[in-house]
Amino acid sequence: MTQFLQTLTDGLTVGALYALIALGYTMVYGILKFINFAHSDVFALGVHLSIVIASILGIKALGDTGTPPWYMGALVLVLAMLACGAIGFLVERLAYKPLRSAPRLNVLITAIGVSLLFQNAGQLPWAFGVSPRAWPTLLPDGELFSIAGVKFRLVHAVVLATAIALMLALQYLIFKTKLGSAMRAVSFNTRTAALMGINVNGIISFTFVVGSMLAAAGGFLYGVYYGGQMKQTADSMWVMLGLKAFVAAVVGGIGNVRGAVLGGIMIGLIEFFGVQYVSDQYRDAYVFAILILVLLFKPEGVFGKATVEKV
Amino acid sequence: MVRVTHLIEQARSKQPSRLVGVGATLWPMVLAVAVGLLMYLLVGPAIGQFQSKILLVIGINIILAVSLTVVNGFTGQFSMGHAAFMAIGGYVAAGVVYYGSLKLFGDMNFAGGRLSHVGAADFVGPLIGKGDFLFLAATLAGGLFAALAGWVVGLPSLRLRGDYLAIVTLGFGEIVRVLLQGTQSQIQPWEAASLGKDAPVWKLPLMLGGPQGFNLLPTYTTLYWVWLWVVLTLVVVYRLKNSSEGRAFLSVREDEIAAQAMGVNVTSYKVRAFTLASFFAGVAGALFAMDIGAINPTDGGFQRSFDIIIMVVLGGLGSISGAVVAAIVITLLPEVLRDLAQYRLILYALALILMMILRPQGLFGVREVWDLALFKKIFRRGGDA
Repeated sequence: MTQFLQTLTDGLTVGALYALIALGYTMVYGILKFINFAHSDVFALGVHLSIVIASILGIKALGDTGTPPWYMGALVLVLAMLACGAIGFLVERLAYKPLRSAPRLNVLITAIGVSLLFQNAGQLPWAFGVSPRAWPTLLPDGELFSIAGVKFRLVHAVVLATAIALMLALQYLIFKTKLGSAMRAVSFNTRTAALMGINVNGIISFTFVVGSMLAAAGGFLYGVYYGGQMKQTADSMWVMLGLKAFVAAVVGGIGNVRGAVLGGIMIGLIEFFGVQYVSDQYRDAYVFAILILVLLFKPEGVFGKATVEKV
Repeated sequence: MVRVTHLIEQARSKQPSRLVGVGATLWPMVLAVAVGLLMYLLVGPAIGQFQSKILLVIGINIILAVSLTVVNGFTGQFSMGHAAFMAIGGYVAAGVVYYGSLKLFGDMNFAGGRLSHVGAADFVGPLIGKGDFLFLAATLAGGLFAALAGWVVGLPSLRLRGDYLAIVTLGFGEIVRVLLQGTQSQIQPWEAASLGKDAPVWKLPLMLGGPQGFNLLPTYTTLYWVWLWVVLTLVVVYRLKNSSEGRAFLSVREDEIAAQAMGVNVTSYKVRAFTLASFFAGVAGALFAMDIGAINPTDGGFQRSFDIIIMVVLGGLGSISGAVVAAIVITLLPEVLRDLAQYRLILYALALILMMILRPQGLFGVREVWDLALFKKIFRRGGDA
């Protein structure tokens, strides 16, 4: 029972992380109808930029004594989000905007190109290098409380709270503001939205910025949660993480913001329970097995609605 | 009625005789053997050992790129798991050669003739040894198993639209990698006497080396075998492109709904393309494994799949000669840009992005090198009238 609850806690926390990344995939897909392959690399950039920003702010790596005040961590998060938002904006303007009317396959290939570019540019000696980098100590690694042997650590609380706060903010942005209704309109029908006087290109850029900021937040929280050494940007683990988040978006019904959150949590739980109760060896296989099953039996996702392809 | 019989009569008279049919089946094989021998006996020794090695890798990459062209170029699907099929073929062939040698010849050593021996000059023995037949069988088995895997993956997932398929194939590649990493360690040569003889045959496919990879394979792959398969791949894919079957592939790529309306069974053609491409990927995997003498689970990962995709996209999605040219260039580039090694992949990435913006159809588009105006000017003066 204790083990069950502990797995539940861990799965939920990591699921919230997946959900943050899945939101970026689902928003871009909702508007441009293509998979932004470079999203997982923005996530990896978020991790590495957080480390760089923290070191600029004078926060030392693990092993040094003492932790900085809490607002320093928040500052790192905000700065990393801003940096990744700017990167997302540039990528959209330079790589995707010229292809607005191109076939989707071309955009997909471009996205793969952008992904490869980030992975390998991030490895250059003047960028982040090839050796793993230590995650700075931002939080005291304490146990908040434990109920019936289930450890609920401070990082669980921080990751969950930040992720939920960001998701609520996004929910507000999309469903309660004018900008949000413009985003929904563009996603619903781009041409009609343009006829209604919505600046479509502006909205698309904004969507990329928001998605990239969420990815950066996900990267930051990933670092906070796992800590230790962060692998180089071209390491396949980042792509795997991104793929899991993408699977979460598909499971939740791609293009559906609330579905992405639920899908992320589902994937997190499935992964952790699979590892705990079946086998650790096939960790990455579970998620893809789920993806294939969902695509076969309910391709519009668990929370999506089916569409009919028209000529 | 008379008119119809007349037409049938006319069609019959135009039908090629059986002899032509046999010739059409045989000449590619003769050509393949001839090219293989030429490469192995003349070109290889002439250009030296290091260059031969590059020529061999070029051949393997041509097979991979041209076979991926069938899926990504002809049918317009986007497979991102091509390396996984290569790994499947490589592992199957490695298993057949390694354990097959043990069961048939009693040890896992090299048992080939001159054609399979890399340092041919100092090798004394027949042109073809008993090991060569095992190797050929292993290559075919690798191809067939990869094709089977392609069919199994293709059937359900090809009902999906383009970008979903990309993700599923990517995921499939990762599953293959994870499964291969989960295999048990191989029977080492020094254990062969004690363990190998008694090991039941059904257990051997589970002993593929696990995370360390399948090592110490006898190396049979030479320029002869690689270029033999290059020619066969090219002939098959070229004939496919110009056949009515190939037109159906292209119609799927151009407009799925229209193709379906014209009676083309879209899913069936996608699966066929997938199966065929997987076969040649498996063959390439067999050649790859028996060239290096080892194969690793990570050889099926997406880094390698990306490499093949880059070749296909840069060459032009759908152009066979484009894929060949791109495979050659991309294999040679790291040798030329040795000083810029860390920038190489960045250059590829930029090339992909710029290509999609400036020339989205790739270098050649669906056309072949000999369709280009410049080429026609040089080789067929006065046009093709």
